[in-house]
Amino acid sequence: SPARELTQNPLQKTWEPYDNGLPAGHSAQRGVCMTNCPTLIVMVGLPARGKTYISKKLTRYLNWIGVPTKEFNVGQYRRDLVKKYKSFEFFLPDNEEGLKIRKQCALAALNDVRQYLSEENGHVAVFDATNTTRERRETIYKFGEENGYKTFFVESVCVDPEVIAANIVQVKLGSPDYVDCSNDEATEDFMKRIECYKNSYETLDETLDKDLSYIKIMDVGRSYLVNRVMDHIQSRIVYYLMNIHVTPRSIYLCRHGESELNLKGRIGGDPGLSIRGKEFAKSLAQFINEQNIKDLKVWTSQMKRTIQTAEALGVPYEQWKVLNEIDAGVCEEMTYEEIQENYPLEFALRDQDKYRYRYPKGESYEDLVQRLEPVIMELERQENVLVICHQAVMRCLLAYFLDKPAEQLPYLKCPLHTVLKLTPVAYG
Amino acid sequence: AWASYMTNSPTLIVMIGLPARGKTYVSKKLTRYLNWIGVPTKVFNLGVYRREAVKSYKSYDFFRHDNKEAMEIRKQCALVALEDVKAYLLEECGQIAVRLLWNEYGFVSGYLDCLKHASSPFSQVFFVESVCDDPEVIAANILEVKVSSPDYPERNRENVMDDFLKRIECYKVTYQPLDPDAYDKDLSFIKVINVGQRFLVNRVQDYIQSKIVYYLMNIHVQPRTIYLCRHGESEYNLVGKIGGDSGLSPRGKQFAQALKKFIEEQEIVDLKVWTSQLKRTIQTAESLGVTYEQWKILNEIDAGVCEEMTYAEIEAKYPDEFALRDQEKYLYRYPGGESYQDLVQRLEPVIMELERQGNVLVISHQAVMRCLLAYFLDKNADELPYLRCPLHTILKLTPVAYGCKVETITLNVEAVNTHRDKPSLNSDNLPTSQTPVRMRRNSFTPRASADTVKRPRHYSLGSKPLDPLGPFLALE
Repeated sequence: SPARELTQNPLQKTWEPYDNGLPAGHSAQRGVCMTNCPTLIVMVGLPARGKTYISKKLTRYLNWIGVPTKEFNVGQYRRDLVKKYKSFEFFLPDNEEGLKIRKQCALAALNDVRQYLSEENGHVAVFDATNTTRERRETIYKFGEENGYKTFFVESVCVDPEVIAANIVQVKLGSPDYVDCSNDEATEDFMKRIECYKNSYETLDETLDKDLSYIKIMDVGRSYLVNRVMDHIQSRIVYYLMNIHVTPRSIYLCRHGESELNLKGRIGGDPGLSIRGKEFAKSLAQFINEQNIKDLKVWTSQMKRTIQTAEALGVPYEQWKVLNEIDAGVCEEMTYEEIQENYPLEFALRDQDKYRYRYPKGESYEDLVQRLEPVIMELERQENVLVICHQAVMRCLLAYFLDKPAEQLPYLKCPLHTVLKLTPVAYG
Repeated sequence: AWASYMTNSPTLIVMIGLPARGKTYVSKKLTRYLNWIGVPTKVFNLGVYRREAVKSYKSYDFFRHDNKEAMEIRKQCALVALEDVKAYLLEECGQIAVRLLWNEYGFVSGYLDCLKHASSPFSQVFFVESVCDDPEVIAANILEVKVSSPDYPERNRENVMDDFLKRIECYKVTYQPLDPDAYDKDLSFIKVINVGQRFLVNRVQDYIQSKIVYYLMNIHVQPRTIYLCRHGESEYNLVGKIGGDSGLSPRGKQFAQALKKFIEEQEIVDLKVWTSQLKRTIQTAESLGVTYEQWKILNEIDAGVCEEMTYAEIEAKYPDEFALRDQEKYLYRYPGGESYQDLVQRLEPVIMELERQGNVLVISHQAVMRCLLAYFLDKNADELPYLRCPLHTILKLTPVAYGCKVETITLNVEAVNTHRDKPSLNSDNLPTSQTPVRMRRNSFTPRASADTVKRPRHYSLGSKPLDPLGPFLALE
């Protein structure tokens, strides 16, 4: 039988086979990450071990790279059910009433997980709870099997009292549970809450749990135990978890100074800075000096305008080709009016779905995100960094840090001559 | 170029483990990967040093821990090797030295002290330990690689197996695995358990160690085959134009049919098929009648302003560019386009996923295929851009022992030849603006604002060709 005809999708410029004018099967677009069956990530660990921090961060990362992910925090379910938190006694192992409610919440959360993964096209669900007993984990694992999900456990183990105390201060004191308490009362209650779990805590064991897929994170990333990574997405998750850290630091994002083509209203190209652009570069140097940043790394793209901006700082900087501005293909160096005039259909398509729209012989925001993933990974590894880049690139990076979805990403405000200073705090 | 965040100070990777645990396999593979992504790496195999020192291996008695004379020789060898490592890292600008170490733990701490006292050129030491208790895996390792080792030139299999197992017993007496909870908790290492079933990772210090860990966690030893080929001959191939997004020529379509037949005959279990997002590879895959995945990063090298031109046109219009490319084809970046070096960086996720997968057929393009092939066959940057990847030819790669067996299969469908050998340069060919193109790996020099003129593109979609913007200046 003859090969099927191909048609080019006008928005994304991808070639798809069609039968009688309709798109046919047999061809999948390789997104950043293909997931064949849904994945259920199960957090494990005593309270104040960073489970929610990891859940939220991981969810943010997976969504950014294009894997629909949602987290399900059982504590939140409990807060919705038991309107007012009284004390740690709720968590005592012999509190029948408490146990009943907690089990109910876990099941409600799992039900929502099932709905998300099996009915709402979710790819990954992060089940955020203590899950400290083998029995509870088996229940969840069975649930996963029944529904055709792959289960991956993420355990956080930490015995350093300083780290735990810091966690409590960062995220527990401000929790809705302790709204009416003083800091001392809250801390005391929370420590007792942790004690409730300790006796029944069964950590993931190399022998007993040898057939499970998991990563055990020890002491906030000093070491890791990784067991039976099953597929691509689990491998990516492990890599990500091994690269993040919690050391305080700041990330500075800005665009190059105003360029000659900016002045003419033209997009793309590789122009140099305008006079005002050069002034911005000098101001930036001054600003950076005043900030007195420890061990600041400076990154630029390989386009002249970002490099010229960095040059004014008088410090070493690194050039990344993947930080180059979005490639506008045939529309490079045109004004928007010229584009509308010469390519009216393209112009309209771009406004329809700016995230997925790919310039003819160029790129889309979606392509940009895939290209920028190594930058994000390295930003996670690093501490203080200044990234001098471009409008579309900066939007992508910002969307990662501020957890903005694809629809909003291409419209994030990133004006020239403006520096965004990002500092991690609590869960964001 | 890969940014210098990758490695600022040289790294020494030390392999640890009993014999037949895959240390040499992992060293060679890791070295191949690191060199491919642009990090100069070299293996220093103590077994080789030992074989030079002790001309003829007699038996496993050499490895008995109470054989004092032998121990002296082994220590000497290690010191000699250490000197060579230093020379490599300091003088030859190597970045990473991979040391295969016997499992003498006392030895490890012994020479770690050595490292501290001798002004060592590396502050980063990363241990890779391979631990295996599965006797089947060990036996298979011995058969695959030890039987053909220089230590056993004439013996028959049973004798080899027997001697080697006794050799392992010698080591077991003093073997002390890395202990993350107490003794070795401050070392940076990865412990690979049972060929990748489990990993223990401790104190990863920097980017390169993180990449190494990721790589080691993705490789496997299951037998499988990788098929590499290009799209069928395209319309542009016929007229000698490079790049673009043309469809298959009639002969190209013939090839696609022949490819389908070939694949069916191979009877491959669970074959994955990957293409680029350019029409010609997709059309080729369509003929197979199976599911395939499109990867944008498998697209052909972007020739920038030279897209859709013939080599003759390029030589006429951009003679300096043309000459420069022949001078230094790996680093040369088309104006507004890419270089082979850029391509390698772009293709890294493909390699990583190929390592994870089983049987895969990758239908790609000439430059892309050269990059992938260079990875599997350990070809360096000078050879890579000249590897032969003709149309209508499939390369079948099968991992074997420490490397890759490659089989060339020509499906009998005629096609044009798109290969250009490196021309022998004489003074006539040198461009007038002469700046030697240097390898700038890991260099941290802030660049002066070089006037890299980005030329406007020429597209067949109706945009007007613009005039060249002045004399061409040097590239990076």
